[in-house]
Amino acid sequence: MLLIECPWCGPRAEIEYSYGGPSHVTRPGPPEAVSDAEWSAYLHTRRNPKGLHLERWRHTHGCRQWFNVARDTVTHRISAVYRMGEPIPAHVAQAVKKDGDA
Amino acid sequence: MSGAFRLPGGGRVDRSRPLRFRMDGRDYDGLAGDTLASALLANGVRVVGRSFKLHRPRGIMSAGLEEANALVGVGDGARSDANLKATEIELFEGLEAHSVNAWPNAGRDAWSALGLLKPFLPAGFYHKTFMRPSWRTYERAIRRAAGLGHAPRGRDPDTYEKQFAHADVLVIGGGLGGLVAALSASAGGAQVIVVDDQSELGGSLLGHSASIGGGDGLAWLQGIEAALRSRPNVRLLTRTTATGIYDHDFVLACERLAGGGARQRLWKIRARKIISASGAFERPLVFPDNDRPGVMLAGAARTYVERYAVAPGRSAVVVTNNDSAYHAAFALRAAGLAVAAIADLRASPPRHALDAARRHDIEVLKATAPLKVSGRRGVKSVTLAGVDETGRLGATVGALECDLLCVSGGWSPALHLFAHAGGAMRFDLQRGAIVPREAPQPIACVGAARGTFSLAASIAEAYAAGAHAASATGHPSNDVFNAPEIDEWPQVAAAPIVEVRAAGSRGANSWVDLQNDVTAADVRLAARENYQSVEHLKRYTTLGMAVDQGKTSNVNAIAIMAATTDRTMDAVGTTRFRPPYTPTTLGAFAGRETGERYRPLRRLPAHEAHAELGAAVEDYGGWLRPAFYPKPGESESQAVQREVKMTRGAVGLFDGSPLGKIEVCGQDAAEFLNRIYVNNMLTLGVGKARYGLMLDEYGIVKDDGVLSRLGPEQFLVGTTSSGASSIAFWLEEWHQGEWPALRLTIAPVTAQWAVMTLTGPRARDLLRAFATTIDLSAAACPHMSAREGMFAGVAARIQRVSFTGELSFEVSVPARYGEALWREMMRRGRDLGITPYGVEALMVMRIEKGYLHVGSDTDGTTMPQDVGFAEAIAKKKADFVGKRSTMLPVGRDARRQFVGLEGVDGGGPLPIGAHVVDPSDVRRSHGWVTSTCFSPTLGRPVALGLVENGRARTGETVALASMHGRHPARIAGPCAFDPEGARLNV
Repeated sequence: MLLIECPWCGPRAEIEYSYGGPSHVTRPGPPEAVSDAEWSAYLHTRRNPKGLHLERWRHTHGCRQWFNVARDTVTHRISAVYRMGEPIPAHVAQAVKKDGDA
Repeated sequence: MSGAFRLPGGGRVDRSRPLRFRMDGRDYDGLAGDTLASALLANGVRVVGRSFKLHRPRGIMSAGLEEANALVGVGDGARSDANLKATEIELFEGLEAHSVNAWPNAGRDAWSALGLLKPFLPAGFYHKTFMRPSWRTYERAIRRAAGLGHAPRGRDPDTYEKQFAHADVLVIGGGLGGLVAALSASAGGAQVIVVDDQSELGGSLLGHSASIGGGDGLAWLQGIEAALRSRPNVRLLTRTTATGIYDHDFVLACERLAGGGARQRLWKIRARKIISASGAFERPLVFPDNDRPGVMLAGAARTYVERYAVAPGRSAVVVTNNDSAYHAAFALRAAGLAVAAIADLRASPPRHALDAARRHDIEVLKATAPLKVSGRRGVKSVTLAGVDETGRLGATVGALECDLLCVSGGWSPALHLFAHAGGAMRFDLQRGAIVPREAPQPIACVGAARGTFSLAASIAEAYAAGAHAASATGHPSNDVFNAPEIDEWPQVAAAPIVEVRAAGSRGANSWVDLQNDVTAADVRLAARENYQSVEHLKRYTTLGMAVDQGKTSNVNAIAIMAATTDRTMDAVGTTRFRPPYTPTTLGAFAGRETGERYRPLRRLPAHEAHAELGAAVEDYGGWLRPAFYPKPGESESQAVQREVKMTRGAVGLFDGSPLGKIEVCGQDAAEFLNRIYVNNMLTLGVGKARYGLMLDEYGIVKDDGVLSRLGPEQFLVGTTSSGASSIAFWLEEWHQGEWPALRLTIAPVTAQWAVMTLTGPRARDLLRAFATTIDLSAAACPHMSAREGMFAGVAARIQRVSFTGELSFEVSVPARYGEALWREMMRRGRDLGITPYGVEALMVMRIEKGYLHVGSDTDGTTMPQDVGFAEAIAKKKADFVGKRSTMLPVGRDARRQFVGLEGVDGGGPLPIGAHVVDPSDVRRSHGWVTSTCFSPTLGRPVALGLVENGRARTGETVALASMHGRHPARIAGPCAFDPEGARLNV
C-alpha cells in the first residue's frame, strides 16, 4: 500500500486516496474546432510508461483535493507531489524529458 | 507421563502442566509448550496424514511452517480450521484435531488403494486423460478423492482486530539475528518493532543449542531480549507472523491472541527500514522412498529432542550432504537415541566433522546414500549404497535397521518476504543456496535469511544492519557492542547433490513435493514435454502449489530441472513468491468489517416513524428506505397499487431525504454548471428549478436531477439518490482539475436536509394547514419553482418539482426536524386521506409518466439523443462535458432510443429485461424492457425500454421475448398517463 504525501494533509495511506489517471491531459476545445481524431486521442490514448508517470490523485477520505504525483510505475518511488495548477517540479520535468515522456 | 517417546529431561515444555487432547477420536496426553506435532510424536503416532493425490501414508517431516505432511483440521462446525500444520499448532487443553484427506482417518485410509495406480498417474495425467467431452465432466468426482480439508460450516463466530503501527525499523524474526539487529537499531531511540511467529523469542536457538560467549547461546540471547524489553522504544510481538510486504514498506503481520477476546489481530505496519531475520528452511534430499513416515529433516529431529524433549524415534540413521546434520546426530545421541550411522554424500567430509563424530562414537559412511527405505507405515530399515559426486548410486553397502531417517540437503534462506519487497536473488554455489541480492524497498536480510550460517558472522552482520537502519532513520548511537566469542566449525560448502538415484532410474519413487505428490520423475517428464520454464513446471506438475507453497520443494525441483535441461540454477530461476507467506485466516483481513458493518446502511431521519407505520424497508443505494407500507394482510403489490391510487386520488407523503443535494455557490456557479449539464443553466432565473441531464466525457448519460437557483450565486443541485456522493466528487474533479479559475464552492449537503414530498391533488390543501412565510399558490409558486422561507417554524426550502406527475411540493427542513415534520404531515393530513408511499409506488408513478430513471432506463451506451435531448444539444451553443462526443459519428445507424411499451393482450406486467423482437424474426434483439409495472391508474401493464430507432416506430407491434415466453406489445411514447401535464400545472 502506497504512502502518499497529500500536499494539504501530509503522508497518508493509499486507502485514503483515489487514483485519477494521468496528469496534464489537455482537454481540446471548443468542440466545433476539434477533429474526431483529436477528440478520440484525448478520450482514449494514454501513455503506459514503465518508469516515471505523472498522475492525479484525490484525497478522497481527507481534504477531497486533487493533486499531482510523480511516481515510478516499476518501483513505486514517488519523486514529487505538487498541487493542481502548479508547474511540474524542475527535477521531475528533467526526468520526464530524459524519458521522452511528455 | 506424556507419551512413551517423551524424554526424561530437558526441553522447553512445562512438565507440571499436562494437557489432554484428541486426534482422530483418540485421547492423548501432552505438555504445555508442545506443538500438536511434538505431542503426537511423544505418543508414538507415526502416520499423521495422507498425501494429496495418492493417499500415501505420511509422517511429520519438519518442526515448522514448512511442514508438507502433517496437515490437520482443528475444531468442528463454524469454529473449524482446515489444513493447519500440526507443527504450528500450540497444544491446548481439549484440542480436537483430525487428519485431512483421509477416510476414516490417516492411519487407515480407504483411498490408499490409489497408491497402486501411481505408475498410471504421472504429472499431467488428468488433463491428458479426462478430455472428452470435457474436464468438467470429471472434475467433481476427482476433486472429492483429492481434496484437502473442508471449509468451516456456518458463520465464523470469532472476532478479529486490526491495528496500525509505525516503526522506524521493523525486524522480522526474533531469533539470534533479529534480536541482535533490534539491539543496535533501537540503541539511538528509533521506534523498533520485532515480530516473531513462535510462542517465545529465540528462533533456531530454541531447538538447536549453541555455545555463545562460552555459555548457553539461548541464555546469552535472552540477556539481549531483557535489554530490549527495558527499552520503551521497542515492541516485541510473539505469535505474530509477518505474512506479506507490500508497496512502500507496508507490512502485514498476523498475531494469534489468547484469552477471551478477539482471536487474531492483523498488524498493519508502516516501516521505514525492514530487517529480515527470517531464518532458513532445511531442504530434504530426494531419494527413493523418501516419503516414508519416519523420514524427517535432521534439524527438525534435533528440535524435537532439544526443544520439546521428544524422541522422534528410537534408532536413527542420518543422511546428509553438509555439516549441519552432524550436530543433529550428536543431539540425538546425547538424548539417548541410537544413531546407527551418518551417511555422508560427500566422499571426504571435513576433518572437524569426522573427528567430532568419532568423539560421539558415531560411524560415518562416506560417499553413501539411501537406495531404498522399507516400512510402509513407518521406517523399518534403510538400504545404503555408494554414491558419486553427481548423485549416481552404485554398489549396495548394506541395510541398517532404524525407525528414524534424518535427512539434510542443506539450507535455503527464507526469502519469501524479501521477494514480496521486490528483491532479486541468485544461486550461490558456495553456500548451496538461493541468496538475496538487492531490493527496491529498504529491506536488508541478515543471518541465515541471507545465507550466512555462521553464528559469529550472523551476529556481526545483524548488528551492523541494525546500526545502519538506526542511522538511516536519524537515530544513530555510540553504543559499543562486544561481539561474543563463538567456537564453531568453519563453513564448508555442502555437496551439490540434491537427488540420488540408481543408473536407469527416473526417480519415480523419489518425492520432491510431498504434499502434492510430485516426484523427480514428474519433473523430468515436464522437462521432456517442454514445460521447462519454472512457471510451467509449477503449473504442469502442481509442484509448490500446495498449502506449504513449496517451502521444502522449490529449490530441489529447480536443481533437478537445471540438471535435466543442462542449465544453471539461475537460468531456471524461481517462481515468484507472493503474499501471504503462510496461509492466513481470511477473518483477520476482514477484521470487524463484517455483516452489518461491512457496508453500514444509512437510516432516514424519520426512520422510527416509518417503522411505526409498518414500513417494509429495503436497501436502496446504501439507504434503508421504506419500499411500501403494507396494511395487515396486504401483499407487496396490493400495498403498492393502493399507495398509487390514494396518492393520485388525494395526497401521498414520501420521504425523499436521500435524494442527492449539492450546494454550488459563487460568482461563477452558473457558468460552471452550464459547462457540466446538457441543459442551459445560465438562463435559469432565481427562484426557478430546471431539469438537468449530465454526461460523462464520452457523451454517455451519467446522472440527472433538478437544479434550483436559490440566489444569483447560489444553486442547489439535485442528483439521483445513488449519485449523491459520486456526483459531488465529479463536480470537484471538473472544478479543481479543469476550471480552477472559476470562483465557486461545492458542498454536498444531502444528509443535512430531510425532504418530505407531498404529492397529489390535495397536496396544497395540506400545506395550508402549516404556518409558512412562503406563498404556495399556483400563481406565486408554479411548477418548477424553488423557494426559501419559514415553514412550520423552521427554516425550510420548498421546491415544486414532481417525479409522480401530480402536484408536488418537496419540503426540506434541517435533518433534525425531519421526523417531527413527517409526523405532523401525517397527523394533519388524516382528514385529507393522506397515504404514506414508498419507493416502489414512486417507481410505478414515474413509469406511468415515462420519467427517465438513470441507471434503470439508461446503460453504459445511452447518449442524450437516445433519451430525447437531441434538440437541447443542438440549441446549446456553449461547450459542456461530453458535448464533443455527442457529435462523433456513432458507427451504428440504429441507436436504441427510450420509448414506452404497452401490453396488448391484457396480461400481467411485461417482463423486465425481455428482448424486443420482430414477431416474424425473433433471432435478433432490437432492445429490451428497462422498467415495468402494472399501472393501477390505467388498469394495464406499462413499461419503458430502449429500442432501436424506437421513436420512429411508435405504434409498431413487437414481441417481448423472455424466459417466460413471448408477449405481444406495442411501441408507444414514454408517457402513458396525463401526457399534457394537466395534473401538474395546477
